[in-house]
Amino acid sequence: MSEFNGTLVKARGVSKNFKRGSETIHVLADLDLDIPAGDFLSLMGPSGSGKTTLLNLIGGLDRPDTGSVEVGGDRIDSMGSRKLANWRARHIGFVFQFYNLLPVLTAARNVELPLLLTPLSKKERRQQVETALKIVGLEHRTKHYPRQLSGGEQQRVGIARAIATDPTLLLCDEPTGDLDRKSGDEILDLLEALSKDHGKTIVMVTHDPHAALRASRNLYLDAGKLTAERPE
Amino acid sequence: MKYMHLVYSNLKRKKIRTFLTFASVLVAFLLFGYLSAIEAALEIGVTVAGADRLVVRHKVSLIQPLPESYEAQIEQIDGIVDATPATWFGGVYQDPTNFFFQAPVKPLEYLAMYPEFLIPEEQVEAWLNTRTGVIVGRAIADQYEWEIGDRVPIQATIWWKRDGSRLWEFDIVGIYDGAEQATDTAQFLFRYDYFDESRSESARGLVGWYIVRVDDPDNAVAIANAIDDRFANSPAETSAETELAFVQGFAKQIGNIGKIMTGILSAVFFTILLVAGNTMAQTVRERIEEIGVLKAIGYSHRHVMGLVLTESIVLAGGAGLVGLALAWFAISRGDPTGGAFPVFYFPTADILVGVLLAITLGVAAGLLPATQAMRLQVAEALRRK
Repeated sequence: MSEFNGTLVKARGVSKNFKRGSETIHVLADLDLDIPAGDFLSLMGPSGSGKTTLLNLIGGLDRPDTGSVEVGGDRIDSMGSRKLANWRARHIGFVFQFYNLLPVLTAARNVELPLLLTPLSKKERRQQVETALKIVGLEHRTKHYPRQLSGGEQQRVGIARAIATDPTLLLCDEPTGDLDRKSGDEILDLLEALSKDHGKTIVMVTHDPHAALRASRNLYLDAGKLTAERPE
Repeated sequence: MKYMHLVYSNLKRKKIRTFLTFASVLVAFLLFGYLSAIEAALEIGVTVAGADRLVVRHKVSLIQPLPESYEAQIEQIDGIVDATPATWFGGVYQDPTNFFFQAPVKPLEYLAMYPEFLIPEEQVEAWLNTRTGVIVGRAIADQYEWEIGDRVPIQATIWWKRDGSRLWEFDIVGIYDGAEQATDTAQFLFRYDYFDESRSESARGLVGWYIVRVDDPDNAVAIANAIDDRFANSPAETSAETELAFVQGFAKQIGNIGKIMTGILSAVFFTILLVAGNTMAQTVRERIEEIGVLKAIGYSHRHVMGLVLTESIVLAGGAGLVGLALAWFAISRGDPTGGAFPVFYFPTADILVGVLLAITLGVAAGLLPATQAMRLQVAEALRRK
């Protein structure tokens, strides 16, 4: 990552539209966003407000129609797809609402997936996997397949996979959306610990005000615009 | 190699589907192996036919005999090194289904004509010293468990003995091997003098055909014409041709083997390509979201394409290679017809073609799904939940 002055994510004038048939849907309109390093930011908003789209733009999964997205000093909106994939592998950890683990792989193998892209040896990869699973408290479930784990455990494996490469930024899309309250709280505890104890910058999209409260900062997205206050 | 567990895990995802696809490709390559072996068997001689050998037969057909006296006359024609007769004996050993080529020949001339028949000196000596002696090829010796010293009774169907009996008895004095894999080692060769003296008076002095060696293969056609001219307007006119043309003519009696085989295999492989391609397309369709996840965590388009292609090559290519290996193993255990083919082997060139075909099939079956996976946009793939 290039040099940056404390602001890890800087989005300027970002717009994103989608076509649905002949109709153009304006999801994000001239949006600016700064996320300081170490921030634990929650993004709330009604369905279809563009939360996931914004998360995808910050994570380099999609490109804005206009504007720029800079993460850690790198202009990711103008990167080629191959370079962008490489950049994601090194700097971004994704946590998905439905965990998105590969059902044919064990917990350890799932966590190892992003590490396969690194030049680490097999032994080093194994150590990284063990560390990541220990952080999420699943060191005893390494050989279990996703179907053998509870929802909360699967999400913890998802988080272990996201942090396995020690990325700069964690992007979580409704990480508790598919969990009961108790499991959801455990996941939020984990994310809070990653932010406070490990200094991770986290952006979390959520519908749940209870989850948003655990973040250090909340932003609301409505009609393509960001506000600090919850819109009426 | 570090991605291989991912490939294997994906193949294990739908075990029955993977097994069925694997099995269908495997069977196709097993068929390829057998058809290759059958083609090689039916075209035996084409690959080893001597460019400097001619075959001279009666102009009307092969079953019409030629006079023994032609040998000396043929040898007088310019450009001919040697000529030796052979005759179709067509006897039965124990059971009519036990088919192999039997011919009375002149030992030294015949062996000189076919240097690809490898036989120890002392066995040749024994043949020359034993009037009822016969040398047999390794293939039939193994098939009928014959050993040197065995006496083999053959029931004649064409050449009855002078005393009216049909039973000919021969003593095995030698077993020859082939210099090449395609060399016919299923021949049963006995002495012409024994044959000629023992058969009925009326048939004496007649032979089936002549094998002729020329000094320059480039002049083979001209010499063949000279032979035919020499015997034109005689009671037994000849038809001389290169051994290659003679053997091909034999093979073509049951059709163009190569064309038949290509036709069958094209249909089989096209079907198999559809089967394997459909499996791969289905497997990619089912994993769109997972492909999206892989791309989200940093796998590039090329990475994903490589993974799908590898999976296809392991499935279709692997099944093809296993099929080839099984075919090789089964074919090397012997002719399934119990001796109808003089040779039965999986030609090396066809094995190499098979390997190439297996890999090509793997690539071809996976190419379209892999391209689709490569082109998949990550945000779009993740939205499909």
